[in-house]
Order: sequence, then C-alpha cells, then structure tokens
Amino acid sequence: MFKQLASEQIDTVDIILNGQHVQIPRGISVAAAALSNQQRYTRTTPVSASKRAPFCMMGVCYECLMIIDGKANQRACATLVEEGMTIENQLGVGPALEVEQ
Amino acid sequence: MKAHYQLLIIGGGPAGLSAAAMASAEGVSCAVLDEQPTLGGQIYRSIESIPEQRAQQLGSEYLRGKKIAEAFRNSKAEYYPNTKVWSVNKGREVGVLQDNNTRILTADQIIIASGALERPVPFPGWTLPGVMQAGAGQILYKSAGIVPDNGVVLAGSGPLLLLLAWQYLHAGVEVKALLDVTPLGNHITALPKFPRALLAHHYLTKGIAYQIDLKRAGIPMLFGVSELRAEGKELCQRVCFKHSGKQKTIESELLLTHFGVIPHIWLTQSADCKHQWDDSQQCWRPEHDEWGNTTSEGILVAGDGAGINGARSAEYAGRLAGLEVLNSLGVINQVERDSRAVKYRKWMKDDNHIRPFLEKYFQIPKELLATANNETIVCRCEEVTAGEIRQAVRDGHDNTNQVKFFTRCGMGACQGRQCSNAVAHIVADESGKTVKDMGHFRGRPPVSPLTLEQLASLKKEEI
Amino acid sequence: MNSDVLIIGGGLMGSSIALQLAMRGCQCTVIEKASPGRHSSGVSAGGLRLLNRDPAEIPLSVEASKMWRDIESLLDSDCDARFPGQIRVAENKADMDKLEQRAAMVRSLGYQHEEMIAKKELYQLVPALGKGCIGALINRTDGYARPYHAVTAFRRKAESLGVKYYSSTEVYNIEKEADVWSLKTSAGIINGSILVNCAGAWANKFATLLDEPVPLTPKALMLMVTERLPHFVDPVMGAASRKLSFKQMQNGSLIIGGALVAKLDFEKEKTDINWSQLVESADTVVSFFPQLKDVRILRAWAGIEGFMPDNIPVLSQSSTDENAYHAFGFSAHGFQLSPVIGKVMSQLILDGQSELPIAPFAINRFN
Repeated sequence: MFKQLASEQIDTVDIILNGQHVQIPRGISVAAAALSNQQRYTRTTPVSASKRAPFCMMGVCYECLMIIDGKANQRACATLVEEGMTIENQLGVGPALEVEQ
Repeated sequence: MKAHYQLLIIGGGPAGLSAAAMASAEGVSCAVLDEQPTLGGQIYRSIESIPEQRAQQLGSEYLRGKKIAEAFRNSKAEYYPNTKVWSVNKGREVGVLQDNNTRILTADQIIIASGALERPVPFPGWTLPGVMQAGAGQILYKSAGIVPDNGVVLAGSGPLLLLLAWQYLHAGVEVKALLDVTPLGNHITALPKFPRALLAHHYLTKGIAYQIDLKRAGIPMLFGVSELRAEGKELCQRVCFKHSGKQKTIESELLLTHFGVIPHIWLTQSADCKHQWDDSQQCWRPEHDEWGNTTSEGILVAGDGAGINGARSAEYAGRLAGLEVLNSLGVINQVERDSRAVKYRKWMKDDNHIRPFLEKYFQIPKELLATANNETIVCRCEEVTAGEIRQAVRDGHDNTNQVKFFTRCGMGACQGRQCSNAVAHIVADESGKTVKDMGHFRGRPPVSPLTLEQLASLKKEEI
Repeated sequence: MNSDVLIIGGGLMGSSIALQLAMRGCQCTVIEKASPGRHSSGVSAGGLRLLNRDPAEIPLSVEASKMWRDIESLLDSDCDARFPGQIRVAENKADMDKLEQRAAMVRSLGYQHEEMIAKKELYQLVPALGKGCIGALINRTDGYARPYHAVTAFRRKAESLGVKYYSSTEVYNIEKEADVWSLKTSAGIINGSILVNCAGAWANKFATLLDEPVPLTPKALMLMVTERLPHFVDPVMGAASRKLSFKQMQNGSLIIGGALVAKLDFEKEKTDINWSQLVESADTVVSFFPQLKDVRILRAWAGIEGFMPDNIPVLSQSSTDENAYHAFGFSAHGFQLSPVIGKVMSQLILDGQSELPIAPFAINRFN
C-alpha cells in the first residue's frame, strides 16, 4: 500500500518482519515499516478474527497491535524499529501465556 | 526528571512548546512531558529531524514549526520524550510512565496541551485494512517519507484533505480522487460567515491555490458525495459512493479519510475538569476562561486540546497560558500579564476569523455522525455495530454510559477514543435527545494502558 | 393480596425484590435516583461466591447459588454466568491451617461446599499458577456473571411483569398519611402501602427518615480490568493471607480486585483512584502469576457501596413501622445473593416471615 520515497536513503536496520528479513530505515516506526513492506494487514481481531491494519498512526486507535520481540499487544506505530527486532502479526489475543514449570 | 515542578506541561506540540518557552524564560521550573519520541506534536511531527527536501514539500505552515522548536530548545524548559501521562487528578498529581517505570510527579500548575485527534466517523467498511485516517498519511510522510505506492482515494470533509492531496501531488503520488462529503447546502449556510473569513484571507487563498493545483493536475474532485463506503474481501479493494444522484466506484486498496479534528479530552477528564458540548465544532471540549484556566484549580488547557483553533492559535494560546501561570505563581503581576498578552490576543483573534466559516462550511452531516447504516461497526475494538447500539437504547439503556456497560462499546484498548462520539450521536438520535444531554463516556484511568509490572513499579517510589 | 409496593433503589436488590413480588401478583414501583445499576450493582466484579461467607449468610448464599445455576428460567437471560469454581490458595503452613479451620467450621454447620485440596490438584486445576503454593480451599460450584447484564435482566423481567420504574428520580422525603406512604420525589408525590429501602450506599438516609438510623459507611472499592488475554485460568482466584482477587472473564479480560479502598467524596459521588493502593493489587497478581507482568490494565474504577460494621447486610422489617422493610448494606458481596434476596424479602413482606433464616440481619442489631 505504501512505499519509501526513493530520495530518502539512510542508515538501515535489519529486522524480521513476519518471517522475512528486511532492511528498514533507522528511526521509523514498526507500523511504518510494515506498511511500506507489503504487509496488507497486521493483526486479526479477538472478537471476529477480522483482518486489521494501522489506522491512525498516532497512538489513539490501538489497531496496530503486533507481537514485537515476543511481546503481544504492542502498538506498532508507537515503537521504533531496532536492529534484530522480530515483528509478527498478532492473531486474536496472541499466543498462549507462558507457564512456569 | 524531578518529583516536583512549578509547571508541568503535557504535550510537545505548538501550544506546549510555546508555553514552556514563555514560562521558563522567567525562571520557572518547567518540564514538557511528551509521549512522542520527538517534539512537534502531530502538526509539526519530525520537525527537528526531517530532511530539508521533504520539509519543503510539506509547505510553509509546516516550516513554521522550526522556529517554535528552536525557541523551545533555546529555553531552559526540560523536555522528556517517550513519557506517557496516564493520570492527572484534581490535586495536580501526574502519573507518568517512562522506561517501563511509573512515577507520580506533582506541580503547582499544569498546562494540558495534548492536542487533537481525527474525528473518528464510522462508515461501512472503515475497519478494512487499507482504510486509514488522513492524518496517518501525513504522519507516514512527515516522519518517514513514506507515501502510497498504488494510488490513493481521499475522502471526507475538511481543509486537511485538500492539504494532503496537494502534498501527495507534489510527492508524485497518484491521487485517484478527492471525494468531498461536505453537504452542498453548507455552501449556503456558511455564507454569512464568509465576510469575517476574508479577514484571515491567507487561509482562503491558500485553499484556493491548492484546489487550482489539483485541478491542473487533473485530479478528480467530487463534491456533495454521500453514502461513502469501502468494500473488499477482508481488505479494502474499492471505494463506493453516491455522487450527482449516481452510484460510483473507484478501485483502490487505500482510502484515507478526514472528518475534521476534535480535542483529545482524556486528560482533562482525568483531571475532573468540566466539559461543554460545542455545537459549532461538533465536539466536547474543556470549559476554560480566556487564559486557559479550566474548572480544576491550577490546571490550564492550551491548543487544540482546548478547542479546535489550529496550529497558529495553539502557539498564541500556549503563550497566554504561560503568562497566566507566571501570574499565578507570583512571578509577574496582573498588569504585566495583561499588557504582554495584548499582542497574542490580537494575533489569535485575527487567526480565528476563519473559524466560524470553516466550522459552518465543514459541518459534518448527521448521517455520518450518527452512523446511518446499522451494520457498520462503531466500536472498532469490541466490534459493536450501530444497530446493536440502537437496540440497546430501545431496551432501555438510554445514555452513553449505560450503552457502554451493556454493549461493551468503549471498553476496548482504545478506551473509547474511536467510538465515544459516534456512540453519543447514535444514542441521542435513537432516544430523541441532544448530544449535549448524552454526556461523554465516563473516562476511567489510566488514561493510557499500563502493564501490571509498570503499575507495580510505582511501589518503589515515595508516594 | 394486592398491595402497592414502593421500592427505593433500582439496583439488583430493588429489582430482585420487585420481580419476586410481581411474580406473586403485587403492583410494584421502583424509584431510582440515577439509572438502574448505576452504582455498585452495575460495576461490581461479578463474583458468584459462596466460598468464605459469613456463617449468617451461608444459608442464603447456598440457595442463591442454586438459583444462579438456573438463572435463565427466572430472568430469561443467563447473564453469561459461568461456574468454574473459586479457590483461596495457601502459600505456607499457617495459610493451610487457617483454611483447614475454615473448612472444618463450615462442615460443623452442616455444609460440604468448602473443600481442601492439596498441591497436586491445585496445580492441575490452575496450571498457570506460579510456584510456591501448597494447597487451597475450593468451592467447585462458584463462578461469575456479568453484573450490568444481570441488572438489566432483572429489570426487564420485572418490567415485563408490570413493575414500573422511575429513573433519574430522587426521593426527598418519606411521609405517612393514614397508613399510606407518601414519597416526595423529583417526579412528584408517589404513594404506596408498603415501602422497601434498597438504596444501597444511600440507605441510611431513608433508615434515618424512618427513625432507625444505622452505622452504614459508604466506601468505594477499586477494581481494574485488563485487555483480553488467551484463556489461562478457570477458577476465580483468591489467597488465604494476601489480597489476591481476580477472575478471567468470558471474553478473556481479567478483573482484578482486592478490597482496596478508593478516595470517595460521597456528597459529590466522586471517586478518585488511590494508585498507591492499586499498586498492591498489581504486585500481588504478578507475584502469583509472573507471566502476567506485561498484561495491560485498560481501566480502574470504584463503585460506591454501603458497608455495615459487621460486614453483613440489613434484611428485615422496619423496627418502627410494620409496613416498611430494608434490604441494604451488602458490603461488597451482594451480587451473588441478589436472586435470593428477592425471594426472602417478598416472603417477609407477603407471608410475614422468610423460609430462610434472616434473624442475624435485623436492623435493630446495632442498638
């Protein structure tokens, strides 16, 4: 849906976005990274498993919730990308909680 | 970050930054708490880091932010980015979250300058991936140089739509169409306000200039559009609407919408300030006097969070609030406060000449405010439809808070930010009352979610 | 018998009583100063708890528990009630002893519903529980429902049987004229033969007007709710010696309590969250369930509730007028009792006595 303007080439970081290694300009948000790398949706809803994608990009809609470095319910628009970050779409309420053994 | 400040300012946009520069110039201990990673708020997002070329493409109004940022940086005010305020109470205790830890700060005076958000207007298909708010497009462009790659349809009502279309045009983006849902009748009803608007004619000439550019570039601009909807299988694939009596469709995977902006009142609610319904701006805003004092002592508002008056007025309002704080703290007397305020009041008055016209012209029609289509999801988080809300009213839940309890509207992660206005309008509509009677959702703290660990970290502080 | 009954208070108790009276043919009017369920009834934690009740309440609670399991036949709505059980965990021997004593005491009263379980069964029931617990006290049939849905269901069923509701109607004064109660309200004068005081945290105003003031203290207890989570716990969780109290609701969110007190301005009906107290709650939950540390709280609130000094309600005929009755002071644990309160009070009003023992709840016990 989106792309980076060609004139903007800078320092990048390597992240894993839904299983793929991609180079992302340093300093942009995870949501921006997803939208500009062919991700058409970034989560499915707990209530009806409908696909959703970032909506407001300013932190007030909570649509952009993704699993970032294993933590669920992270607002992708409010998190800046970092080297080695793992980003995954969040399906429903996310993965089961850990249990102490 | 200290435990106590004479002045705490919440929000890093033009109002907050201007207030901080004003107050700290007189030696007042002052800190700006900004939830964003960099200053500028939404309007001047990324103002300090944006590459020159992109900044130029955004237009001269945006560049004004640079001066504001500079003045702030040259002042002695402290700046704390990535600092989220999750509670402000009447006792001026401010709960903050920074680096995963929570603390409670106190202040003699607080200026809440938390700005505005896009007016969320539900319409069929608005939850589909690919439907976003116009402000989101601006943020992607400003903060990351990211623009639509497969074309975009812009729809809604308000000056931002025109601005974004123009910015996209100059960035080489394919703007498939600009669909203006402003009722054609508004041209007539707004006419009486037009003469005053001429006093702020730079806004008008700018708007006309943008329109001319867009027309020259062959971008279709359709007016009096209605029945806006996004359609597609799981994702947005096309935009449908009614225009000139006919149903029309534009294939597009991206639709950016804008229906005006409304004050972000969650912090003023937390601080127990009284709010009033503004019929002209069609929004709730905190009651305040001409300095920004709210009904909670020692707590002021400035900027679009007080009422929508735009970026320039936000600057002036910030200065006025700053002056008032200086007076309240005994740093300057009333005479000095009043005399220094004169020019800001004049500039604000001049700037606001455009408002009555803009507000009347861009009045959002009732079918959009009180979501007409019953299958449309109103509460995005809990997926509650307009029909379910209407049914709840018929079942005897006749105010917004009762509807919230019964349907779970407003109980999701966004805490009602995206649905509370629409719920109020629908409930009013269905129960034959006015939105004024409805009252806003009873906001519940924390103003933004906190994890259990973050809340528990408060223990370690002296409270 | 066709008596006109006036009920002050449109919360759970008012509606439950109105419903039972209407089922026996009475004409009832409920007068509510805000909207039904506006205060504690609508915002409680929704716990259906028989476990750990005051002995005086046990007979009522046992009957209420049965009624909840079949609530749909009473209310035409299941109120989304679930019954995964409720437990109080023990962290050490002192806790276990305390719980065992409790279990023994309940058995001595002739009830079997509170059982001790050992570590193995505890962790089978709650595999997500953090290490360090050694056993628990359980009631296997406890659970939870959705409070506002229950309020609504009681009200709608009552309305369908002819109960009339006045909302946003405040009662200013109570007068008696020749055996008829005359209530001066913001909607005018409302008359009736029988008066029932179900005014919750405001009940003492009416008890006082009836010349029988009670030591009722309005307080606001805080609750928090989290975002929706994957299902990880079935029973409602409590602890023997720490303020642990939470349940995972039907939709996956957690409601966390802990009997922590908010700041309350009763005159203005304004509550203010006391964060330093809430911290205790958060800390306790995380210490029992470390995996919850990153779970986010979406909101905290406190409902205004009426507390009695002995923590049991007032359920009785008035001591000053045989045509007035009281049902209030549920001290933050009224939700589960609500269906049986309607039965008990309707029996008291119509038959002169209730089938279940209510002597400990007399209004004059404070004299």
